[in-house]
Amino acid sequence: MTLALASASGPAPAARRRLRIERVTGLGFALPAFVLLLLTILLPLAVLLWLSFTNYEFGGVDMDWVGLANFRKALADPIIRRSLVNTLLYVAIVVPGGVLGALLIAVLVHRRKRTRSVYEVIYFLPVTSTLIAMATVWQFLLHPSLGPVNGVLKWLGLGPVAFLSEPSTALATLAVIGIWQLLGFNMILFLAGLTAIPRDLYEAADIDGCSGGIDRFLTITWPLLGPTTMFVLVTTMITAFKIFDTVAVMTRGGPVGSTEVLLYNVYLEGFQYFHTGYAAALTFIFLAFILVFSAVQTFALDKKVHY
Amino acid sequence: MTDLVLPAPVTPVRSALRRFLSLVLIHGVLIAGAVFMLAPFVWMLVTSIKPPAEIFNAEISLWPKQFYGLQNYGFAMEKAPLLRFALNGVILCGGILIVQLLVAIPCAYALAKLSFPGRNALFVLVLLGLCIPVQVPAMPLYIALAQLGLLNTYFAMMVPFFLSVFAIFLFRQFFRSFPDDIINAARLDGMSEFEIVWRIVTPSAWPAIAAFSVFSAVAHWNDLYWPLIVISDARLAPPPLGMMFFADAETGSNYGALTAAATILTAPLVIAFLVARRRFIDGITVTGVK
Repeated sequence: MTLALASASGPAPAARRRLRIERVTGLGFALPAFVLLLLTILLPLAVLLWLSFTNYEFGGVDMDWVGLANFRKALADPIIRRSLVNTLLYVAIVVPGGVLGALLIAVLVHRRKRTRSVYEVIYFLPVTSTLIAMATVWQFLLHPSLGPVNGVLKWLGLGPVAFLSEPSTALATLAVIGIWQLLGFNMILFLAGLTAIPRDLYEAADIDGCSGGIDRFLTITWPLLGPTTMFVLVTTMITAFKIFDTVAVMTRGGPVGSTEVLLYNVYLEGFQYFHTGYAAALTFIFLAFILVFSAVQTFALDKKVHY
Repeated sequence: MTDLVLPAPVTPVRSALRRFLSLVLIHGVLIAGAVFMLAPFVWMLVTSIKPPAEIFNAEISLWPKQFYGLQNYGFAMEKAPLLRFALNGVILCGGILIVQLLVAIPCAYALAKLSFPGRNALFVLVLLGLCIPVQVPAMPLYIALAQLGLLNTYFAMMVPFFLSVFAIFLFRQFFRSFPDDIINAARLDGMSEFEIVWRIVTPSAWPAIAAFSVFSAVAHWNDLYWPLIVISDARLAPPPLGMMFFADAETGSNYGALTAAATILTAPLVIAFLVARRRFIDGITVTGVK
């Protein structure tokens, strides 16, 4: 009896003790992170979901369960529709500009030897700068009468363009500033991708008679850069979809709603008008888009293996 | 088959000429892009030392006729506590980063090297957390902070960022490749798990920690959304919010002072970037290394 027990746990006590210590320390080490995860992400998400089914207004006293009314209202609201269209339009300008522009610059910079680091620094500078401060500078650069951009246009014989106060140009102008901000970031990611392409592939291509720059790009660089491109594409989409800063500082949604974007509306409804329930529903619409983009990314990264 | 004619006329002179032309084209494109990238910075610096008269006559000149820098910077510093904004930025970024590291490193070590109940579930939560931007939990957090009377505090500004699921994810990847033999040897030497984490594993992950620190500091120095929500007291404003307050105040179209303020608030990060170029590029693009 005692012998059987001893042999069952014979060599084990030390190992079992070890295992117990490991479990306890594991739990202990994970606990602070788990508590914070609970308090700053999971619980707020649950509260947000619950709020989105109510007509709660922050600071108000009564609150009723309204079911899906907030979501129905959001989908029918012309302001929300317009802001969604504007956001997608903004994404549609920033993504091709920010991705293809960065790819072009990366391919050109990659083969420079002496000047490479100079160009890297210059193109990366806007990424590190405080966008809000630079937005003020952009506002001045684009000023209809005082700005140098219009100064140049005038010198070229073109009339002044009120970039930010003209409904037809305001959103596109913000998109150009968006491209300016993230081009360097994407360029660095592309450069990392380019460095990973083996040099002898290009030599092999040379021997096969594929020597033109564009030929080489299409047969080697572009296919091998596939996973990088996919990653850059999705992160750019997510970043662009979250546009808020430049709108909040430069246009505040104007002129005549032409730069109203989703996150700005979430901010206005939630923290300016305190339509908390409604803003909660809008937040979920915002989150739905982000999750779709993230899902595309996961799918694309899985595909990476097959290249 | 007509293609066969093409390679024939490539004489040394022609190929040299072609090389030269392609170099001109390449640098032409790169320099044009560089002008677009640098223009706002150059214009910011130039305008910040120009007198109002030269700003308002809208002449494009890259150097002021009359040096007016002292007045512009003096006015900006006097009208707004710019150094205070910068200090707030330092407190904010420092506070967030310290807690992020203290929380994420042990958790990442546990996820990478220890087996404990709920480990996989926790990791799934971490992965899901990666997809949730701060704008999503913002409203419930705001309501909670308001109920607790904590709006307009440094704590309110920092609390949503104390947990960085990204840091946990990144460090876990790094710790996984740390050799088990060393950990076991340390255990045999009688080291506690606590000592193993902080004295053996953490120093080995230095590159990842440095990269994450830069990433975190840049992100929170420049963040506007959350401070805009919880801070209305200008004395607590971090740089972006401070810039917004300053631009909204009477300065209206005093571009000399505005660009001076923008220069002061942009300078710390830009200078840090120019000094530690590689670290910065690695840090900010660390999200792409997944």
